[in-house]
Amino acid sequence: MHKEFEDLDVTVLSMSTDSHFVHKIWQEEELSKMVDGGVPFPMLSDGGGKIGDLYGVYEEMAGVDIRGRFIIDPDFVIRAMEVLTPEVGRNPKELLRQIKAFQHVVATGEVTPSGWEPGDVTLTPGPALVGKVWEQWKP
Amino acid sequence: MAEEKDGCVKPAAGPIASPGTDELTITKPEVVKVQARVGREAPDFEANAYVIGEGFKQVKLSSYKGKWIVLCFYPGDFTFV
Repeated sequence: MHKEFEDLDVTVLSMSTDSHFVHKIWQEEELSKMVDGGVPFPMLSDGGGKIGDLYGVYEEMAGVDIRGRFIIDPDFVIRAMEVLTPEVGRNPKELLRQIKAFQHVVATGEVTPSGWEPGDVTLTPGPALVGKVWEQWKP
Repeated sequence: MAEEKDGCVKPAAGPIASPGTDELTITKPEVVKVQARVGREAPDFEANAYVIGEGFKQVKLSSYKGKWIVLCFYPGDFTFV
């Protein structure tokens, strides 16, 4: 899975309120047994939740950062965010789809309709398209 | 695999005030405001990190400027999902 992020030239960073020391042991004791060679991205520590606070994901009652993920573009602008309560895991396929869509939008100036996948029809916004989307795209 | 380094002697800076921000408002937890918004610049920070094969180091988010970044928060190591 990480190879797909590399192919899109995306840097992945993970962050929790655990210390970097705990990250090391988690890598060694568990993650390296789930993923060959361990998880390859930097594992960041947000002790005290100050960074989670800035991103709106720090849960003070529990003292942890909840499951939030942010796509940041090369101009350092946040393009997308998704925040879940802890019980439900993420969908990396949807994350990859969104990255591909944003990369396409930045490269071409086109926009991607609902559910867009690479190769699907895109739209070029402008006065000529108003009221005519139905001619080019149907859900 | 090369030997991993210990570069964690100095604590990481945490949130980095953007220009024009009063430094004090960042360091007082009761007035920290959510700054992350889509379409706006990402709040910068420096954090202690563990990188497999490299060891401990400090990572500054803005050092990845110019690349696409995915930043993932999660509740805790050794949990289940």
